[in-house]
Amino acid sequence: MSAASTGDIGARGLRQASLPNWAVAATAIGATLLTLLLFAVTGFQGDADFLVVATLLVVVAVTAASWIVEGRRRAIDRIATNLTLVSLIITLLPLGYVIGYVVKRGHVRFGWGFLTGDASLGPSALGGGIGHAILGTLEQVLIATAFALPLGVLVAIFITEYGDNRMATAVRFLVDVMTGIPSIVAGLFVLAFWIIALNQGFSGFAASIALTIIELPIVVRTSEEMIRLVPMALREASYALGIPKWKTIIRVVLPAASTGITTGVMLAVARVIGETAPVLLVAGNNFFFNRNPFSGDQASLPVYIFQNAQSPSAFNVQRAWAAALTLILIVVVLYVAARLLTRRNQLAGR
Amino acid sequence: MSTVETTLDTTSLRASQSGRRGDVVFRRLTLAAGSLVFVVLGAIAVFLVVKAVPSLRADTTSFWATKTWSASVGSASFGIAALVFGTVLTSVLALVMAVPVALGVAIYTTEYAPRRLSTLLGYLTDMLAAVPSIVYGLWGLYLLLPHLTGVQSFLAKYFGWIPLFNDPGGRAALFSKSIFGAAVVLAIMILPIVAAVSREVLRQVDPAQKEAALALGATRWEMVRLSVLPPSRSGIISATMLGLGRALGETIAVALVIGDAFSISWKVLPSGGNTIAANIANLFGDADSIGRSALIASGLVLFVLTLAVNLGARYIILRSGTEERSSAV
Repeated sequence: MSAASTGDIGARGLRQASLPNWAVAATAIGATLLTLLLFAVTGFQGDADFLVVATLLVVVAVTAASWIVEGRRRAIDRIATNLTLVSLIITLLPLGYVIGYVVKRGHVRFGWGFLTGDASLGPSALGGGIGHAILGTLEQVLIATAFALPLGVLVAIFITEYGDNRMATAVRFLVDVMTGIPSIVAGLFVLAFWIIALNQGFSGFAASIALTIIELPIVVRTSEEMIRLVPMALREASYALGIPKWKTIIRVVLPAASTGITTGVMLAVARVIGETAPVLLVAGNNFFFNRNPFSGDQASLPVYIFQNAQSPSAFNVQRAWAAALTLILIVVVLYVAARLLTRRNQLAGR
Repeated sequence: MSTVETTLDTTSLRASQSGRRGDVVFRRLTLAAGSLVFVVLGAIAVFLVVKAVPSLRADTTSFWATKTWSASVGSASFGIAALVFGTVLTSVLALVMAVPVALGVAIYTTEYAPRRLSTLLGYLTDMLAAVPSIVYGLWGLYLLLPHLTGVQSFLAKYFGWIPLFNDPGGRAALFSKSIFGAAVVLAIMILPIVAAVSREVLRQVDPAQKEAALALGATRWEMVRLSVLPPSRSGIISATMLGLGRALGETIAVALVIGDAFSISWKVLPSGGNTIAANIANLFGDADSIGRSALIASGLVLFVLTLAVNLGARYIILRSGTEERSSAV
């Protein structure tokens, strides 16, 4: 821009020919119209096919126009821009499709009676609900979080505040390894340990143990990141007042990091609340309310969906969709709440 | 006067002593919590091995080479050959589909999108990662698989010369629970994870490098190719490996959309295929003591497989000397 003011000749010589925005838009619209024509005249058909062909033609047309006017390098740049944009669309399409389709199929049976009833009516009846499964899931996740939150924060404190030794490095590494454990393996472990070796029955609590194993590394990681963000000056001010380290951590560092840790825990809960595999293996199945997580089979929302999804009964499939809608609503609420909390977090300065 | 001094002294001394004791107790508490991570991981390995042994003892055929699965008290002849094959094939196919797209998203979000849009896109991709796998499975079974038949017949018709898409029976156009379908669902599921981690990796590139490229007259893509991708290579590889680990262990979504068949076939379009995790979810309900033990044995193989992939990812990060840890995972 400043080159234009220094001299006309220089600016003219330096500036490359470039395709104005309106020309790009016109090319794109032209290519789309051409696709429409193709689909009207030839044997092409189908919405998805149209989108694919139109996208391809637009990218090709814009690239060709750019190649002619702007030269090879700019044309390649445009291909790259368009392809990254296309990949973005490919990624976000499923989000719309998944949520849209779940709402479409799920709202049919969704309602208060559905949220509070149980499955005692059986597969061939229209009524019934998922109250027993929601209760089971909430209890299981609550117990798992009651374990994972304090444990995870303590581990995070060990890594960050007492972290200048080999042990802390090893723990940090193992937490990373733990993050990669498939949830079904956590379920199999509880099956081998709690149910087979200790000879306990299926229960909601067994599911909680498995969920704790999945939740713990997530809590450790987010807490660790948040504690690291607490400024050193806060700690030093506290030490200068003669306050011992442990009190400093509990009264100064943790409160400062608490918003971030809460966000992390909410995301962890959102993650485990939809975990099906481990719960399927160790919680058993129950069509009725079982308020006691420590004894007897207990239903859960994800397992309910899994079992009804494959049912030959159309009623059951409908119920599976409504249950999936419930699950998505819970996850989205948790997720949005966590994000809103992040905004208020003064430490996360991004 | 002297009494005042002494009282002051003792109280302050006492305070520091209790503080020190508190420090020791607290430090030990956190140490204990840290050690628990060791204990849990050790216990997982030990109990899986111990409870896998009974079925492996009872197994009349080779655990590694047998393709069929018949595990119950009295008749135990099972093996994981077909399962491992299916697990690796679906995951690798999913990676091939997901990684280029994920990389494109990461590049767009970090290098092309305006700042505000970039934040929004970050939220949206993270939200995709938060959708429970059972929902993906349900969606895949009822919406995606019926719509994939068109893609399948297209692949069989024009790319049938590739052994993977070979379809001699002409069954590709039919609705099928296949390796291909499972791979597409997996790809959609791991896309946001790989994209989120790659995004964090690309963000860490030194802005001075990018500005230098632009100042030399590079176009934006040349800037990405010359200054952004090379230093991010190891990070992108490790993001891919994390996605692979996720795909290998994914259970419920795959269980709903895969054919549940015990065979080793490279033809991914017709009905068929199975994975370790999906097999556990599908067979667990009817399994007796030997059946459960056999499933635990297969789970142990899965554990080792994902462990190897994850350690590989950490090793690559470690070797490159840059450490990226994303909270998105």
